[in-house]
Amino acid sequence: MNSIRLRPLSHFFLALFLTFAAVGNSTAQQADAAPVATAPAASKDGVTPGSTAAAAPAAAAGATTGDAAAISAGNALFAQNCAQCHAINDVVVGPALKDIHKRRPISWLIPWIKNSSKLVASGDEYAVKIFNQYQKQQMPSFQLSDAEITSIISYVAAESDKPAQATAGGATGDNAGKVDGQDAGATAGAGTGSSTIDILLIVLVVVLLVLVVTLVIIANIMKDVLRGRKDLDGRDVEQLESRFDLGKIYRSPVVRGLALGLFVLVVLYESVQGVMAIGLAQGYQPTQPIAFSHKLHAGENQINCSYCHTSVYKSKSANIPSANICMNCHSQIKTESPEIKKIYRAIERKQPIQWVRIHNLPDLAYFNHSQHTQVGGIECQTCHGPIQNMEVVYQYSPLTMGWCINCHRETPLNTKGNGYYNNLVKLHDKANGAAPFTVSSNGGTECSKCHY
Amino acid sequence: MQESPKYWKGIEELESSPEFVKGAFSEFADFLPVKESHGSSDAAVAPRRDFLKLMGFGIAAATLASCETPVRKAIPYLNKPEEVDPGIANFYASTYFTGTDYNSVLVKTREGRPIKLEGNPESPITRGGLSARAQASVLSLYDKGRLQHFAIKGKKAATDQVDQEIRTKLAGVTGRIAIVSPTIISPSTKKVIAEFASRYPNTEHVMYDANSQSALLRANGGVLPSYDFSKAAVIVSLGADFLGTWLSPVEYARQYITNRKVSADKKTMSRHFQFETALSLTGSNADVRVPVKPSEMGATALALYNGVVGSGAASSAQLKKAADELKAAGSRGLVVSGSNDVAVQTLVAAINQAIGSAAVDVASPSMLRQGDDARMLRLVNDMNAGTVGAVIFYHANPAYDHPLADKVKTGVAKVALSISLNDRLDETTSLCTYACPDHNYLESWNDYEPKRGFLSLSQPTISPLFATRQAQDSLLTWAGNPQSYYNYLRASWRGLLGGNFQAGWDKAVHDGVAVGSLSPAPVAQAAPAMSTDQAIAAINSAPKGSGIELALYEKVGVGVGSCEANNPWLQELPDPVSKATWGNYVAVPRKMAVAKEWEQGDVLKVTANGKSIELPVLIQPGQANDTVSIAIGYGREMAGKVGDKTGANAYPLAVVRDNAVIFANTVTLEKTGAQSPIAQTQTHHTIMDRKPVVQESTLAKYIENPKEVTEYDKIATPEGLEKPNKVSLWQDYEYKNHHWGMVIDLNSCIGCGSCVVGCQVENNVAVVGKQEVINRREMHWLRIDRYYSSDASKEDFAEKGKLATYAAMEDPSENPSVIFQPMLCQHCNHAPCETVCPVLATTHSSEGLNQMTYNRCVGTRYCANNCPYKVRRFNWFSYYSNEKFEDVNGHMFTDLGRMVLNPDVTVRARGVMEKCSFCVQRIQLGKLEAKKQKRRPKDGEVVTACAQSCPTQAIVFGDMRDPESQISKIMRREDGERGFHVLDAINVQPNITYLTKIRNTETEVRNA
Repeated sequence: MNSIRLRPLSHFFLALFLTFAAVGNSTAQQADAAPVATAPAASKDGVTPGSTAAAAPAAAAGATTGDAAAISAGNALFAQNCAQCHAINDVVVGPALKDIHKRRPISWLIPWIKNSSKLVASGDEYAVKIFNQYQKQQMPSFQLSDAEITSIISYVAAESDKPAQATAGGATGDNAGKVDGQDAGATAGAGTGSSTIDILLIVLVVVLLVLVVTLVIIANIMKDVLRGRKDLDGRDVEQLESRFDLGKIYRSPVVRGLALGLFVLVVLYESVQGVMAIGLAQGYQPTQPIAFSHKLHAGENQINCSYCHTSVYKSKSANIPSANICMNCHSQIKTESPEIKKIYRAIERKQPIQWVRIHNLPDLAYFNHSQHTQVGGIECQTCHGPIQNMEVVYQYSPLTMGWCINCHRETPLNTKGNGYYNNLVKLHDKANGAAPFTVSSNGGTECSKCHY
Repeated sequence: MQESPKYWKGIEELESSPEFVKGAFSEFADFLPVKESHGSSDAAVAPRRDFLKLMGFGIAAATLASCETPVRKAIPYLNKPEEVDPGIANFYASTYFTGTDYNSVLVKTREGRPIKLEGNPESPITRGGLSARAQASVLSLYDKGRLQHFAIKGKKAATDQVDQEIRTKLAGVTGRIAIVSPTIISPSTKKVIAEFASRYPNTEHVMYDANSQSALLRANGGVLPSYDFSKAAVIVSLGADFLGTWLSPVEYARQYITNRKVSADKKTMSRHFQFETALSLTGSNADVRVPVKPSEMGATALALYNGVVGSGAASSAQLKKAADELKAAGSRGLVVSGSNDVAVQTLVAAINQAIGSAAVDVASPSMLRQGDDARMLRLVNDMNAGTVGAVIFYHANPAYDHPLADKVKTGVAKVALSISLNDRLDETTSLCTYACPDHNYLESWNDYEPKRGFLSLSQPTISPLFATRQAQDSLLTWAGNPQSYYNYLRASWRGLLGGNFQAGWDKAVHDGVAVGSLSPAPVAQAAPAMSTDQAIAAINSAPKGSGIELALYEKVGVGVGSCEANNPWLQELPDPVSKATWGNYVAVPRKMAVAKEWEQGDVLKVTANGKSIELPVLIQPGQANDTVSIAIGYGREMAGKVGDKTGANAYPLAVVRDNAVIFANTVTLEKTGAQSPIAQTQTHHTIMDRKPVVQESTLAKYIENPKEVTEYDKIATPEGLEKPNKVSLWQDYEYKNHHWGMVIDLNSCIGCGSCVVGCQVENNVAVVGKQEVINRREMHWLRIDRYYSSDASKEDFAEKGKLATYAAMEDPSENPSVIFQPMLCQHCNHAPCETVCPVLATTHSSEGLNQMTYNRCVGTRYCANNCPYKVRRFNWFSYYSNEKFEDVNGHMFTDLGRMVLNPDVTVRARGVMEKCSFCVQRIQLGKLEAKKQKRRPKDGEVVTACAQSCPTQAIVFGDMRDPESQISKIMRREDGERGFHVLDAINVQPNITYLTKIRNTETEVRNA
């Protein structure tokens, strides 16, 4: 949240400004609401469920094709499902996949990808060999259709044919680069936004100070010049020699009144802010038992959110990943890291990891992730902020009822292609014409939608 | 114009006692002892300084609290099971059977905890229905009263040590070994017992049922016929409460109701005669109910037999009618009896045989009662004689539920080795040396064969909560078989599933039910215990009843009082007829109460067999003259905090005669002078003028003209009489998306209370305990109103004159007809509660729901005051933390008990109003699932807990905006015929429609 970031430095200035502008709360609320509206545009690297599924059937099951649609579908599927453990030219967790379509027939690959352990158990020679070669590390099973697998293979085949140098910066790289660039831009924008204001303020203060000093110097010089003059009468001398009387200002009722008024306003503003913030945990950033970095996993490595938060598209709860999900990769990667060793220890001692809960919704409010992600098509970042840039996660949104309601009032329903809404959209358009069909116009601000 | 019977809600209303009249004019009882729980003496002193102190402290605390919010942890699985996703419920098929009623169930689990049971629609026996007891049984899993470890003489002991000692003692046992259990319908468990018996050849397995049916078994040559009530057009029941407690009530209710539902296409109904002593659930659904003394039951059976088979003259018009109709129905007739008298059961079997009843099936018999009274009695004597070397109690508690409990106690003391496999340290277990508690059924593998050829399975849905062991595993261990019971079970199914065993097994576990039999081939049906002639002779020579007769009966809620006794949901489930909760009572007919000058709540000393118990009086219309009834299953001593000392134990009053336990006796009654109020839930909500509340008519009138059976209110307008909704102050809502509604068929509702418990489980409804029920503060969101009707009607005006008729309508009826009406929030479109809430805590949704927002509610209670249906409930206390409720509502106090709470529903705080939400959490879930699949919700996907649990499908829930939904079809069909709104004239436009009850009575039979 921008305002959070602003606060430590420019707190006083802001408060001063707000007091004088006498806009109080409304400004603060606007500041709260603004990021909600802008966030979807800022980040695009959340997954859009169903998009890949729609693309996949482009490839006919059974044979690899050079079809561009199939390759691009395969690219997306590869990034989502395979890239955590496989690369085209390098061994990551699993083997490099270059020329896999030449090494193994597609009829072997499909059962292998769907359920590798079954194939190993069946005693398939090649499968057993691969299994043993890679430290008996089991490849997880994937619920992909034959067509989807074929499109992945098509993509791998296309990548294999490219010269090694080119593939390194190939489609995945492009994609990542693009997304990264966008994000970096957006976050840099946000960062510069706050620091420019800080610098601007500092510069202004410096300029003011310089001006004051200059003026004092000029006044002194002028006084000296005047003192040198002999044609001054008594009154002029008196005026020239009059000293700056602090006491007079101190006694001035106008100044006193202003100072008192200012003081009262500042105190009032601060107390209102303080009281309104009771129970709010926006910006809450506790230290976690393991220094897990979302920036590294979600940002740099582009791991899909739902890879770890497995039920975010299907359940009320997004699911905090269990240790076995960490082990999918970390049984191989960075095994020596002291942080990863904490996970090993937890598994050995059979004691689950106790993360500190950041987002605490009161029990009386019902919230369902899948309603917002799967049905509403909302990006994770809309509520959770630039999670891909967070080294340590903090609570980005205020999670107040006002914040929920605001979004429900402003956000148009994601009705496209959803048979549930077909008739409702027609009825709405007939009655309201151009007005957007928002969540609240479908009853999304009624009490028992969230409280029961 | 149809007849309009006068209904009254209880004796108090009928008598218009001053207390009742006072209560009737105020919504809340005037004295509300809220302070009671504080016990403070300074309530009268204005605590101004205290207030200031508290305020100061409060501000300081709030300031401090705002500085630091408590750190909350998020603890994921270490190794997440593949099928478990936090927030998504998983369903597993299982089976509920604790020796009484059988239910095939689906267990709803959240994050690995069972939280609710639902009927298994795959089951050919219970077909998706569920009894109140099965609904509530999920709480027994989290019962603190369960024994949590093995014990020797009540002291905790290691499992290995117990095993070792038991095996040593079993090896050196002298005399017989007896395994005592209630009916076991698990073929594999029986195999385990057989294996145990082959290891210890002196072993005898004795089964006995607390509410015995051994006479029925003996009269049918050792098999229990299975009945199909859907094949019966004329049903005569001699004291069999087959809709409430007899054998398999859920199965029978479902069959029974198929012939009771009427519609424009099907204008036929079965005819149901009931001859019984106490007014039972079945009796209150009968078309013709005749009160009969227990001692007259034999004569009644004989008269019926003579009427059907012989040529004897029936003693009453009803009996004659019943016999004639049975004869006319032929194979479409059915007689059943709940009597434990072999002679009566022999005659009943003879009648069924004579008419060739197609509803009786001896070929695939029921297994649900196998108890043999004679063997149990012999065992009790043998134990006292010292010829029994070891006794193992498996879910049997004869020290409580056997009439000879005293002899059981002395007998067990004489047995060298006594072991109990019961789940708690109950009356019997505490007598035993070793206690090896069994798992709860939700933690166990087991199989069941309730009827030959129909199997079902139970599977563990949670890891064992305590250091218990499944009883079968214990027996296998002691028999020296190292196999686990799970493998044993699979092995015994191997033969049945054949071929691809794993696939067949997986399917059986998934479905919960399978077809086939695992029981040994049936031995040829033995000859009945006595011939018809012998039975007639036995009845003719039976002693005539004298004095006041007692009939013992089983309640729909706590049943025979095994693990159900410690279940607060069942203790607070109102009896369907008397509406009494928390304890039993002496039900006396009105005549007797008047003659002896007893009033409701007077404590009587009931003496029989030289034993006596003290219980309060409840005046029960319909109770046979010169008889009283007492429910079994109460008065537990060692069941747990909930069940102990609730009511009195009536088992010792039963008679043991001719090697059978007879639930009837002659008693002497004596007033003690003490008073003990009965916690009844009805007579509390009495502001309604009931005439337009509940409607009924007869089948004859329905056939004649379906448009005449329901009386619709009309209001006067300048244009003449109009429907009430023609005139309104309020604007109508427009429902674009959904419009949820409910139809309740009063013809199908049998009043069993399954929906009441289902709602309570689903919605985390608190239990409040006896005193709070007396204070009229029960919290049930759904109640079943029971109305008695008088025999007098307006038709007598011409004959007897208006005044005399009205006086007659005020007269207590000895044998009233009964009507049940489930009453819950009507979700009015013009809701009176919504307009009076000062804080908008109750509002209307765009889908027709009347929403209740707890965190907005400030507790003015204006809404409850303005609700014409009295369905709103106020939280007078923090039921989840006030120590006053720890005993009764303990499951909300401990981490163990809280596991049963529905995580999607808020536990309401003190000071807020609550009410039926139409299970909005289920509506939201159903819509979400549909949206995820990019389609509209299908009809039947969104079902409320009450509609789902109803064994007779009396409640239909659905979207009234969907023209193809079942509810829309019913409403179109019944509009202007049977469909009506309660209190239509006040034009609140409820979203719940009721369908008029149709009785298959003929006036001459009823008045005879």
